[in-house]
Amino acid sequence: MVGLRMKEEKARPVRFWFDNEEVEAFEGETVAAALVAAGMRGFGRNRATGARRGIFCAMGLCQECIVLMDGHVVEACRLPVCAGLEVRSV
Amino acid sequence: MRTYDLIVLGGGPAGAHAAIMGAELGLDVLLMDENDAAGGQVWRAPGGAFREAPCGVDAKKGSALRSRLAASAVSCRLSRRVWLVERGFTVCAIGPEGAEQARSQALIVATGAVERHVPVPGWVLPGVMGLAAATVLLKSARVLPGKRVVVGGAGPLLPAVANAILSGGGRVAAVVDANPIGAWLANGANLLMRPDLFLRGAGWIGRVRGAGVPWHFGHTIRRIDGKGSVGEVHVGRVSVEWEPAPGPELTVVCDAVCMGFGLIPSTDVVRLLGAAHSWNPALGGWVPVTDADQTTSVERLYACGDGAGVLGAASAPLGGMIAALAAARDLGRITVAEFERRTGVLRKQFARASRFGRAMARLTAPRLGAASAIAKEAEVCRCEGLTRAALDQAIADGAVTVNDLKAATRCGMGPCGGRICEDAAQLLIAAATGRDRAEIQPATPRPPLRPVAIAALGGPFDYGSLPMAEPAPL
Repeated sequence: MVGLRMKEEKARPVRFWFDNEEVEAFEGETVAAALVAAGMRGFGRNRATGARRGIFCAMGLCQECIVLMDGHVVEACRLPVCAGLEVRSV
Repeated sequence: MRTYDLIVLGGGPAGAHAAIMGAELGLDVLLMDENDAAGGQVWRAPGGAFREAPCGVDAKKGSALRSRLAASAVSCRLSRRVWLVERGFTVCAIGPEGAEQARSQALIVATGAVERHVPVPGWVLPGVMGLAAATVLLKSARVLPGKRVVVGGAGPLLPAVANAILSGGGRVAAVVDANPIGAWLANGANLLMRPDLFLRGAGWIGRVRGAGVPWHFGHTIRRIDGKGSVGEVHVGRVSVEWEPAPGPELTVVCDAVCMGFGLIPSTDVVRLLGAAHSWNPALGGWVPVTDADQTTSVERLYACGDGAGVLGAASAPLGGMIAALAAARDLGRITVAEFERRTGVLRKQFARASRFGRAMARLTAPRLGAASAIAKEAEVCRCEGLTRAALDQAIADGAVTVNDLKAATRCGMGPCGGRICEDAAQLLIAAATGRDRAEIQPATPRPPLRPVAIAALGGPFDYGSLPMAEPAPL
């Protein structure tokens, strides 16, 4: 954790996997929020230019925070974290 | 496929109130929303296990609304991505269980707004996000956008985001406000129409300035630099029309940037259904033409909330209720006299709340001068990596409509479908061709309204699912 979380934590702490790295998170928050809180920025990718991208609109419009789950592209800003979830960068 | 009297798209303050009112009037109502809880952006539900632990005025209003909705007869389908709406009306969505459809006699569209962006070099770096995105992170996840954040752009989201970062224990390196301080003060009388909201906003600004955060009025972010992610921003003076003005450039070190220049009504659905639109900068740009009862030019199609013109969360519930009453009237469930009687008071409240919303919207009304602030090397279409120089070249070569520009360059044809860049593309065409923005129509709306996987549309499918035609007789 890199100190980006606000003090009042009430949710259930869980761990999930991003590119084989264990990430601490809270159940039910989005993968994008958990990755930002863990200090990761460029976890998405622009598929036209190949450039790393981060969370930009946070509401499922911009398609920049995409990650892979079971081989499918999903928006990290709309994917809730559950214990043991495995996601990869595109 | 089930047929409802009324489908409401969008569960924000406008849509949820429309749905509840519709159900109270005896209509069979279906409410659909992309999020997993009603409330929209302003009254957003705290995410995950934080849910329904109200803190702050907006969270409490959201909680109260979600309780009312749960107690009402409204059928709610949340976590639904609407990708196609056809006249009649048929709504096609992807939900947790896959593709689904629903029909209705009347349709209320309350799809809210998206953020307006003025592209600058480096705004594609990880660590740069919209002001609206920052509010999602702050409200839903209670996560700070960065350790040292620059908040830039225009309008009421500047103090809202800066204050939320400070309240959450974060640091704001600077607020970079395109408007001069006078633009905030010029609206005094209208802002006092809602003294509660005025005081809250003034409190935010006072708190941010009291914390010693520099507030650069009449400045914008000109460039964002960093290796791999945000490292610093370069800030310069602008005119009241947001054109770059002479003066010293400041450099602010930071690890995150939250930026946005107000809201643009989300008109995808109403445009797809063929409703007439007009250019109204005071309401955020292209808005559906509606009469006083939120009725569009298409029969039994209504628009309300920010999607009908950005007026904010104070007037949205009233617009939603008026739309539901209009739908009930048009479906013959209430008489015209009853409609007039019930909307009389609502219209007065709506007009009053709208004056506050209009004053706020004025701070972010799109300015033509912003075109000259977009540098040649700024990526305008983030998806396709198209710079302003590339778009200007295509415009000079004759691409003088948004559709032309799409065909010539693929601007707006990436995964976001133009939802992030189209406003800037319209602005650049207007600036390059010397035409009024009212003459630059939005691109022809096309489904899917949101990216959807073909697999999700088709459902489970294998070779045996292929329909095999009878062999032709020899």
